[in-house]
Amino acid sequence: MRCLYCGEKIIPVVSWGSLFSREEEILLCEQCKDQLTLIEGDCCVRCSRPFDGLAVEYRKGEYCYDCVRWEGDIEWNGILERNRSLYLYNDFLKEVISRYKFRGDYVLARFFCKTLIQVLKDFDYDLLVPIPLSQERLYERGFNQAEALIIEAGLTLTPALKRIHTEKQSKKSREERIHLSNIFTIVNEEDIVGKKVMLIDDIYTTGSTLMHAGKLLKQHGTLSVSSFTIARG
Amino acid sequence: MILDSLRTILAGKQLLREEIPFELVDSPFISKRSGIEFDKKGRAHCNRCGNSDPELFAVFPCARCGKRDTYCRACIMMGRVSECTPQYGWIGDMPEIVAAPLKWSDSLSAGQQVASDRVVEAIVRGEELLVWAVCGAGKTELLFKGIEVALATGKRVCIATPRTDVVLELTPRLKSVFPSIKVSSLYGGADDRHQFSPLTITTIHQLLRFYQAFDVMVVDEVDAFPYSVDPMLQFAVKNARKESSSMIYLTATPSLKWQRECRKGKREFVTIPARFHRRALPVPESVWCGNWEKVINKGRLPAKLLKWIEQRLLAGTPMLVFVPNVAWITKLLPLLQTFDGRVESVHAEDPNRKEKVLKMRQGEILLLVTTTILERGVTFPGLEVAVLGAENRIFTESALVQIAGRVGRDIDSPTGNVTFFHNGKTEAMLKARKQIVAMNIEAKEKGLIDE
Repeated sequence: MRCLYCGEKIIPVVSWGSLFSREEEILLCEQCKDQLTLIEGDCCVRCSRPFDGLAVEYRKGEYCYDCVRWEGDIEWNGILERNRSLYLYNDFLKEVISRYKFRGDYVLARFFCKTLIQVLKDFDYDLLVPIPLSQERLYERGFNQAEALIIEAGLTLTPALKRIHTEKQSKKSREERIHLSNIFTIVNEEDIVGKKVMLIDDIYTTGSTLMHAGKLLKQHGTLSVSSFTIARG
Repeated sequence: MILDSLRTILAGKQLLREEIPFELVDSPFISKRSGIEFDKKGRAHCNRCGNSDPELFAVFPCARCGKRDTYCRACIMMGRVSECTPQYGWIGDMPEIVAAPLKWSDSLSAGQQVASDRVVEAIVRGEELLVWAVCGAGKTELLFKGIEVALATGKRVCIATPRTDVVLELTPRLKSVFPSIKVSSLYGGADDRHQFSPLTITTIHQLLRFYQAFDVMVVDEVDAFPYSVDPMLQFAVKNARKESSSMIYLTATPSLKWQRECRKGKREFVTIPARFHRRALPVPESVWCGNWEKVINKGRLPAKLLKWIEQRLLAGTPMLVFVPNVAWITKLLPLLQTFDGRVESVHAEDPNRKEKVLKMRQGEILLLVTTTILERGVTFPGLEVAVLGAENRIFTESALVQIAGRVGRDIDSPTGNVTFFHNGKTEAMLKARKQIVAMNIEAKEKGLIDE
């Protein structure tokens, strides 16, 4: 068995437990796993931003300052119920995600989809909706990194959204991202009316992508919107 | 002309569509080779990097072709090669290579001259040659004449090395001696990749983007990690050469297999047994220091090593102390730092490696404790070297020769001490010493050193 990321041989530890129960498949070696930082303990209830290491002035009770701003804005208030991110977007995860979506190493989805399955247990939802790529970007990359998580998890996805081709998100500032006119359209309204939607994406940075998608879904009759991302930037 | 631009980018290359910054036009001169092929047993093979290890292929639902595509994970860091993504190349006429006069007025040492003549010969005849030149012989200069001859006869030249630092060091030197041509400098993140040049200096990794491009391929430090152990890099070198081309290998420390081939006359080679400054190579001394691990674990320094270091701290002599691995750095460093503030350490993962090496060069650091990471490529004037735990397996014959080769490189301080502190001599230690002594004898016989 080799580590899915670094390719080093993994020697599984045999214990009584592993002999008698069906052990979970090991995908990453200990060294790689150690470099990932799980988000646990004290964090923003709305967006999973860890409070550890965050200056006091960026925290308001159980919320982070960013979320207070989103919720305090009547235009965005109540759009997103809760976002859950699993790992801190540290240098190591940056490299892993970059290899996954930019270099196109699809199989890394096999590791990330496990995190998705784990998180979904805590959510009540009807539909899994991946954040889409534009046609151009999809062709360039060969696959949609959010969609791949759902497929590899063996779950059903609902392609409820379509994306209009624009400049790359990562090249814009927060202000630019927020004030963008909507970059999504609804594919089929009947799919989503009255449903609880779980949006799936790879990274939560400012939250604006998810907010835009969420707002559009709500305008078209979705009951509630939550979200999952691998990383919290 | 769009076709001209495409030719510049594609000549001698194998590029993915997304690596070409232009619209592609239909042209009989543009070739497409499939990225992944399957043999009769259905096993995948990557045409870009040569990978055929089934564990290093994966399948994904491809949005381009709508099928489940096999892709190569071995070379994924250069972008994804999959079944439906061809590699683009050029099969029309190649851009012309014109003569470029060598602008260099220094002269070669007698040893360099012999090797330089052999290099020219190998290039003219399209042959393979190993240049076995001791550390500090001046390997770069002996290539100059060969490159000039190659260019004059319309041959495209490549110098490939395992390490980016070497690319960065060689580029300005070659640019200055061949001022009339474009010299491409390629490494991860370099911006020269879209130009066509008669002379390319590159990391071996970047050769994965070339296909039958070069008439002359020079591989520097052929025994160095990772080239020596990575079949992908060896494939890349082979793939980047034209079918009939010459191949020049440079090293101070050929593998045992190659040394044997040389002795048996199965490999063409030339030696430069002496340094350019005509002084003998420092011969390492061996000093037994017992169970040094136990001593250090008790929080003390082995007495003989301590004495060796103290003398040099007093004299202000810069030192490298090599240890078998990072764990020993962690144990040794605090012990040494209690003696003197000018002690630091480096290892492969050290983010401040470059800065520390620079500080050492500027004299701010007097002693660096290091792993084998500094065995090659560094020069500090007046340096002396100790190896602690020289019996460790990591210190192979070639590692020890390279380490000893750090000393006496400078023309103003051409000698110096090299000591192997050990707890039992190894074959590697003996062979390293023997190799150095043999080079000195050969150099003396050939009149290449003054003593």
